[in-house]
Amino acid sequence: MANSKLIYLDNNATTKVDEKVVEAMLPYFSQNYGNPSSMYELGGHNAKAIEEARETIRDFFGAKNTREIIFTASGSESANMAIRGILSADHSKNHLITTKVEHPCVLNLHKQLEKEGYNITYIGVNSIGEINEEELYEAVNEKTALVSCMYANNETGTIFPVEKIAQKVKSINKNTKVFVDAVQAAGKIKLDVQNTEIDFMGISGHKFHAPKGIGALYIKSPNLITPLVIGGHQENGKRAGTENVPYIVGMAKAAQMAQDSLEYENTTVKRLRDKLETGILSRIYNARLNSSSQNRVPNTTNIGFEYVEGELILLSMNDYGICASSGSACTSGSLDPSHVLKAMGIPFTALHGSIRFSLSRYTTEDEIDFTIAKMPEIMDKLTKISPFQKELAELKQRKGIN
Amino acid sequence: MWNYSDKVIDHYKNPRNVGSIEDADAIGEAGSLSCGDMLKLYLKVNKDGIITDAKFQTFGCGSAVASSSILTEMVIGKHIDEAKKITNKQIVDALGGLPPEKMHCSVMGHEALEAAIANYYNEEITVNPDEELICNCFDISKSFLVNEIKNNNLKTIEDVINYTKAGGACGRCHGKIKAVLEEVNASKEKEEPKLTKTQMIIKINNIIEKYISPELRKDGGDIELIDVEDNQIKVKLSGRCQSCNRSKLTLTHFVEATLKEHINDKIEIIQV
Repeated sequence: MANSKLIYLDNNATTKVDEKVVEAMLPYFSQNYGNPSSMYELGGHNAKAIEEARETIRDFFGAKNTREIIFTASGSESANMAIRGILSADHSKNHLITTKVEHPCVLNLHKQLEKEGYNITYIGVNSIGEINEEELYEAVNEKTALVSCMYANNETGTIFPVEKIAQKVKSINKNTKVFVDAVQAAGKIKLDVQNTEIDFMGISGHKFHAPKGIGALYIKSPNLITPLVIGGHQENGKRAGTENVPYIVGMAKAAQMAQDSLEYENTTVKRLRDKLETGILSRIYNARLNSSSQNRVPNTTNIGFEYVEGELILLSMNDYGICASSGSACTSGSLDPSHVLKAMGIPFTALHGSIRFSLSRYTTEDEIDFTIAKMPEIMDKLTKISPFQKELAELKQRKGIN
Repeated sequence: MWNYSDKVIDHYKNPRNVGSIEDADAIGEAGSLSCGDMLKLYLKVNKDGIITDAKFQTFGCGSAVASSSILTEMVIGKHIDEAKKITNKQIVDALGGLPPEKMHCSVMGHEALEAAIANYYNEEITVNPDEELICNCFDISKSFLVNEIKNNNLKTIEDVINYTKAGGACGRCHGKIKAVLEEVNASKEKEEPKLTKTQMIIKINNIIEKYISPELRKDGGDIELIDVEDNQIKVKLSGRCQSCNRSKLTLTHFVEATLKEHINDKIEIIQV
């Protein structure tokens, strides 16, 4: 890396693996390498390590029983396993409901299912990213097999009332299943799945300081799914393949540390996020808050910079070692800007210049102060390049910020 | 992160000629805010038709700013009719290349330049209101698409997306784009003049020298062109290739494939 100083504000993309997590994993590579299914101590020890990890993850979800926890390789796999698994276990219904702002692992899967013949209802959000609950309840009918709704949105951090949604959906059709993608909620807010009517919930380790390539799916008993991967008897017959012991152990360690830090997340991290947000909004006249929802995970803010393009902002931030991400088309590989911000109806003036800042418990006050100090400098340089000088001047006058 | 050349990085970090010209003799615009990139180009032209100053304002990503910035450097000092000959490919080359997905940034630069020159000559760029719109997301007409396909030798839908953005959002127009591609490329095949035998030999030798020999030489071998009859190309392997038991594979998988890519699909290699 060119920058000796790195300010990592992209924790909704991925997080650094905590050193204690690495430490916990290391013995499971070259020392305790046994296959958990083997009939000798080297394997048996690892089977025990997995069951201990499963107990930690059960507690992390707030689930009742360890049998309800399946280890997967990612949040995407968890979502696919749940959604495909439910549909192939019960062919009697052909209607699915999801939201327009889901992660691609849920949204694109629904688009695929649409091609396969399912009817899908996509529920919208309001201008600050909150789900149109009534629209969702009205869509539930006797043919509805599944409602998939994320716990917290990755781009805006907005929290959806999934517990209430599950309860209401079940009151309309008790046979409709509910899947919750909790990838962005895990480690930021407390999960308590057993006291809800949610049937399935997915998480991903690398969003809470475990490595990439490990996730988990909660399946409320007595729900049944048809496995995606057929083979051996691992994971209670629901996911074949020799268990990824070091990563399972690592994710459990990370989950336990995240659980212990929830208080810190919701006090210190939240305070720093709010400081960054108000710092930017009060100093930069072309900044607008994309989601002002009170119900947000404590680490995320999404700010649109009007008349400036997002990739250019990120490249300029990179010069100062500040890492964040953008909903701009140019950064996405596709030429379409963020489907989340579009669903919210964010105006074109800010859509392409939207930046998501996502903090973690490792973010320091100094880093936030540095970012607040540098962003106006960056924006000052970039607005000068914009062809919308007249519009910018009007905005400046209206906001009264210099 | 994009793999930008040093030149691109230098130009977006330190863009040259940013701003507007109050009494510009020509102004050209391309793109729009809603499409995610836009460029405004200002030219100052003296009485002899020489561009004495150029400035730009761009809403867009790093490569859009870099394309605009280098374009201003390219046109300053040129006669307006010389500037007219600048292609988007020249913008890309001057930048030391652009990632494939970013080619449309150079096309936008070229479009703005065309618009500015038309403005200088008080020409209206006429848009036929009845003309078929191919891509509704990015407002892209058939004639624009046909031009870019021809100028940049575009072959696939992916190429079209990278160069023009058409088809890059909702994807509903992919069928239409495919039809235009087929139409343009079919007519181009007809247009392409048949090479004489000597021209063909020169062309093949150039390809061998540039793409094939250097690879074979790495393994201590080489290749020589013996004769050409229509699509049959007779070659002789030399050095270590001669005795190599995989030489047949080399001929079909590498030599023939490379020549097919650069000449046509009907090429056949014969070892003599």
